[in-house]
Amino acid sequence: MKTYNTKYFYGDYGEIETGGPATQQSQAEWPLWEVFIRSKQGLDHKHAGSLHAADAQMAIENARDVYTRRMEGVSLWVVESKYIHASNPDEAESLYEPANDKVYRHPTFYELPDEVGHM
Amino acid sequence: MQLQDLEKIFQDKIDKEIKIEPKDWMPDAYRKTNIRQISQHAHSEVVGMLPEGNWISRAPSLKRKAILIAKVQDEAGHGLYLYSSAETLGTSRDEMLEQLLSGKAKYSSIFNYPTLTWADMGAVGWLVDGAAILNQVMLCRTSYGPYARAMVRICKEESFHQRQGFETLLVLSKGTDEQKAMCQDAINRWWWPSLMMFGPRDSESTNSDQSVKWKIKRKTNDELRQQFIDMIAEQVKVLGMTLPDDKLKWNEERKHYDFGEIDWDEFWAVVKGNGPCNKQRLDARKKAHADGAWVREAALAHAAKKKNRQLQKVA
Ligand SMILES: [Fe+2]
Ligand SMILES: [Fe+2]
Repeated sequence: MKTYNTKYFYGDYGEIETGGPATQQSQAEWPLWEVFIRSKQGLDHKHAGSLHAADAQMAIENARDVYTRRMEGVSLWVVESKYIHASNPDEAESLYEPANDKVYRHPTFYELPDEVGHM
Repeated sequence: MQLQDLEKIFQDKIDKEIKIEPKDWMPDAYRKTNIRQISQHAHSEVVGMLPEGNWISRAPSLKRKAILIAKVQDEAGHGLYLYSSAETLGTSRDEMLEQLLSGKAKYSSIFNYPTLTWADMGAVGWLVDGAAILNQVMLCRTSYGPYARAMVRICKEESFHQRQGFETLLVLSKGTDEQKAMCQDAINRWWWPSLMMFGPRDSESTNSDQSVKWKIKRKTNDELRQQFIDMIAEQVKVLGMTLPDDKLKWNEERKHYDFGEIDWDEFWAVVKGNGPCNKQRLDARKKAHADGAWVREAALAHAAKKKNRQLQKVA
């Protein structure tokens, strides 16, 4: 009898379990780091991805190997992920909504005569 | 907020092509499906290094060796990008690795086939990476933000993989009779397994609706497979070689190539662990992981020691 996977997507090969019980692993994981790359002099560092490393120096070395193999950057920042604090997406409305009704913060709010020229 | 409301907001976002980000609310099943798909995709990149790693020490020239090393190194990077994006969903790297090593998690069956000759390096790049690229280009627009971003990065690197493979075969196709035969033989052996990379026929993958609705996947297995066949059937002419399918024929009405039946028994056998190299691949991964244990421990110990020393200096 053939059992067919109900799901099968690329990178998703179903739930058939062929292996034995999972081996017990007590390994402490290396901490997670976020990597930021300055793609060229004069630009901001931009988030590129993350990786695991035992310390900052190793994180920079690994980031160099994984994220800048094709001259993607001239400078790297690494920050241990646990030090990144994020805003709560559920509060996005109350955080950013007030900006919506303050149209006078935009230059297009002001109508000036053409004679003024570019301002 | 009610669960139905949350689900509605979630689906609205997806319908409007707004990406889902790690801290956004998402249905459990969406999280689980993504974790499984992304981690198994990552495993495929990692195990995918083995069949090609097999030829690094035997590449025919320094140039080919450097190219092959660069490609295999890229695949390691792809594994890392993908593991990282799965981690944003709340699973750990160790957990994923353990699932791979215990045999619980799958990886693409294509890597359970052996690479017997140098020409296989060409066929793998052209056909295997070629098939993967079609999937991955689609996944650049997948609904989960970190997965989509990883895919964009990966796709940028993949095109060299396919081109170097084709070029490897092109050189062989212009070589001696022996080299030509080697080229044809590699194509013959890799063609059908490459078609299997797209998964079962749509009529058999019953549950793909949900993934399409969530825009994790945007094309069906059969659509992608047809796209691949149409592409390769043309490219093989440039090599002056043939594909091992006597039913392969342009269909003017459909504007697609017709093709013969895939051996689905073979497909399921390999998926279930009975392919030519399943055991060998997993054993190689297990050995590499075990051999690296002391490095992982030593690096942590070293980092802790350095930190202590710094603290003492400050005090
Ligand atoms: Fe890859
Ligand atoms: Fe590749």
